[in-house]
Amino acid sequence: MSDHHHKETYVTKYIFSQDHKMIAKQYLITGIIMGVIGVFMSMLFRLQLSHPEQSFSIIEAFLGRAGEGGVMTPDMYLSLVTIHGTIMVFFVLTAGLSGTFSNLLIPLQIGARDMASGFLNMISYWLFFLSSVVMVISLFVETGPASAGWTIYPPLSALPQAMSGSGLGMTLWLVSMAIFIASSLMGALNYIVTVLNLRTIGMKMTRLPLTIWAFFVTAIIGVVSFPVLLSAALLLIFDRSFGTSFFLSDIFISGEVLHYKGGSPILFQHLFWFLGHPEVYIVILPALGITSEIIATNSRKPIFGYRAMIMSIIAIAFLSTIVWGHHMFVTGMNPFLGSVFTFTTLLIAIPSAVKGFNYITTLWKGNLQLNPAMLFSIGLVSTFITGGVTGLILGDSALDINVHDTMFVVAHFHLVMGVSAILGMFAGVYHWFPKLYGRMMNKDLGYLHFWFTAISAYGVFFPMHFIGLAGLPRRYYNNTAFPIFDDLLHINKVITVFALIGGLAQLIFLANFFFSIYKGKKASKNPWNSTTLEWTAPVEHMHGNWPGEIPAVHRWSYDYSKTDENGELWGGQDFTPQTVPIREGEEEF
Amino acid sequence: MKALFFTLIFVVIAVACWQFVKLLGLTKGDQIATEKENNINGWLMLGLLGFIYGLMIYSMYGAKDVLLPQLSASAEGEHIDLLFKMTMTLVLVVQFVMQFFIFYFTFKYRGIKGRKAYFFADSHKLEMIWTITPAIVLAGLIIYGLWVWNEVMDTSDAENPLIVELYAKQFQWEARYAGADNELGNASVRMIEGTNTMGIDFSDKNANDDIPLMVSEGKFVKELHLPKGRKVIFKLRSQDVLHSAFMPHFRAQMNCVPGMVTQFAFTPSVTTAEMRLNKDTQAKFKHINELREKEGKEAVEFDYLLLCNKICGSSHYNMQLKIIVDEEADFNKWLAGQKTFAQLN
Repeated sequence: MSDHHHKETYVTKYIFSQDHKMIAKQYLITGIIMGVIGVFMSMLFRLQLSHPEQSFSIIEAFLGRAGEGGVMTPDMYLSLVTIHGTIMVFFVLTAGLSGTFSNLLIPLQIGARDMASGFLNMISYWLFFLSSVVMVISLFVETGPASAGWTIYPPLSALPQAMSGSGLGMTLWLVSMAIFIASSLMGALNYIVTVLNLRTIGMKMTRLPLTIWAFFVTAIIGVVSFPVLLSAALLLIFDRSFGTSFFLSDIFISGEVLHYKGGSPILFQHLFWFLGHPEVYIVILPALGITSEIIATNSRKPIFGYRAMIMSIIAIAFLSTIVWGHHMFVTGMNPFLGSVFTFTTLLIAIPSAVKGFNYITTLWKGNLQLNPAMLFSIGLVSTFITGGVTGLILGDSALDINVHDTMFVVAHFHLVMGVSAILGMFAGVYHWFPKLYGRMMNKDLGYLHFWFTAISAYGVFFPMHFIGLAGLPRRYYNNTAFPIFDDLLHINKVITVFALIGGLAQLIFLANFFFSIYKGKKASKNPWNSTTLEWTAPVEHMHGNWPGEIPAVHRWSYDYSKTDENGELWGGQDFTPQTVPIREGEEEF
Repeated sequence: MKALFFTLIFVVIAVACWQFVKLLGLTKGDQIATEKENNINGWLMLGLLGFIYGLMIYSMYGAKDVLLPQLSASAEGEHIDLLFKMTMTLVLVVQFVMQFFIFYFTFKYRGIKGRKAYFFADSHKLEMIWTITPAIVLAGLIIYGLWVWNEVMDTSDAENPLIVELYAKQFQWEARYAGADNELGNASVRMIEGTNTMGIDFSDKNANDDIPLMVSEGKFVKELHLPKGRKVIFKLRSQDVLHSAFMPHFRAQMNCVPGMVTQFAFTPSVTTAEMRLNKDTQAKFKHINELREKEGKEAVEFDYLLLCNKICGSSHYNMQLKIIVDEEADFNKWLAGQKTFAQLN
């Protein structure tokens, strides 16, 4: 940190900023824009699923030729589900969630002036922005965007003859993802280095808030697994454009035999899921970290089992890298491998259960402040469990046979990672909005937003399990080709109604978010009476975060409602900030 | 332009939300949460619990008729069904109990001014309990699950199984029975030519007695017959992209992968005629036919199905084949009526 302040221009302050707080805001806004696109797509294809062959002018308006007459084409349907998945998983829940809160909170909560490398951080955001732009451009190409599913299994994704979306759209998808991975790796390396090296005096690893632990471990998983997806994407580009046969072999399509020989589509699946499964945890761990912090703060209680929480984050991270095969039980992989993956997969239930129990125990005998952030956090715990328990069915190879690739899977992962992570993201936004923008969000709109979102999330994904158990495959353009699924239509209609309500309810959030940036009530320094370091920094953003010295830390971050030997609250208030030295007679936890 | 119009509508709704709240003057000073808000939301959270339970019950009750018939159509599927019932029971109990605690605690401990939260940061004993209990339960599930998996996937002890090849291509199925020698002749995409749509290598001596169900003169293969009570080993191939042979009534699924042969096996245990008499099937089809009648569509009868369950292109949603399970004698009679390659060529 240099002492002299060189004058900041508009460009260096708002656009090519190296300040972690500004970069966090950039991530958040980009994530929100991508989220709007992703959610809107889901509303369109929900209409198709519940009202097949019915004409909607909104479909014609937005899809143009692919929605002529108000009914989307099968190719467009597949494109929508593909891009919806890609955008939500990578652009919203990886970059939007992790990018925003890791950037905002890591320096502020560990007591650092900024990230280890502000420059790398800036590059990381702009690569993310570039990849978003490429992905959005791919929506407008003549042959349509990528449509082989977000898992882009070759040969479908490799051969333009197989489906029109596998042409230029797929190329752009791969280019966008390659840039995205570069961005994500730069971010992750920065997070790891910052957490390890730039903690303030007294901030031992065992005094870090759980948010930081979650971001830190998430970054490690990202660094371990994202390069593997990059290699898969590069090899696929080779197969598509340069005639190699990494993933392709013995293919006859459009009346001719292709030259590919000796490759294996299953190899791609191994590479894909080696990232793809850890990715689930890259998405959910930051959300769980955020939740831990918010639940403790608003329960006015320490998080229960701090060390067990850290252990389970680490255990989940470790296990997450050795369970990828459970996506591949019925791909023709050796059945013995299936057994191994069943074993490791079901083990993950143990640390996950520990986390669930610990959250519940944290609520027990608290003094719960049910503000919107807290409601979203409790909602996360609920959906994480609802979605998580069905993992026992999907993770068991024998049971997976009959539910694999059905709507049951769609319901499961949407609840356990999609809805949960997005609830965590909302919780984070409501909680740290004062830190981001120096203002408060409107609480009543926040409540309204939560209630619509929670009800519609359950309304969409709970019944969806059952249409999956009825044998309905996912990624079906419509179900009318099978009379056996005729009786599922009314359930699909219910789901669509909830989906539309839930989607529209996000407008409440958008309104609240953007207006509060400018018109929200000015925030005080520590609006939630929290113990962590970020609330000791001034409300107005400044370069370097704290004027003067960085505060030193003397205790862990969860001293809420701590009492002395007489049963009186320490200092007469129900929280003791980390900066307060251990008092006489007080035992450090 | 219409797109712009719809976008404008969304923006207007968003602005209206803001204005609405502003008009009501609901923006309040208290930042954390007032006692009143805690109270209202505490009750509402209890309501959410009720909603979740209601949804569980409604879904299970409403889904009773739409689910697959409880009766597994294959012998191996019975193991899967038992394991499924056990796991599902566990899932529902855990779900029921955990959700109760989350929302009940949220309700019960909703904030009251001046109440002190209980500083309770750790308990080694509790942590041990909820690490070890799931571990024990999971150990049971894993052991039984792996036993079932092995039972389903291991075909080494099958006596005189019927070998059937399923050949997937965009967007239809073909099939081939192994014939008198019960061995499939070699095949390769490089041999596909003219009427040899499956790429059979006729120089292989095993090939000529194979009995194909091929696409001929643009006609789809209509139905696949299987014998009751005899183990069927499916050899799965794909011509172009990934497909997945999904036969939900038999609790059977395996991907078809270009460049390799995958395998799945089961023993059909209920004929099509028997399944049509099954209570669940009848209830389901009665319901379906009522719905179809309302829409003016003709009534349908139950049939086993083979669906494609791996995204394979634009007509993925309509890549199907009817399966008919016969008594073994009827099956043999039907098979004898089909032509082998030798007879066809």
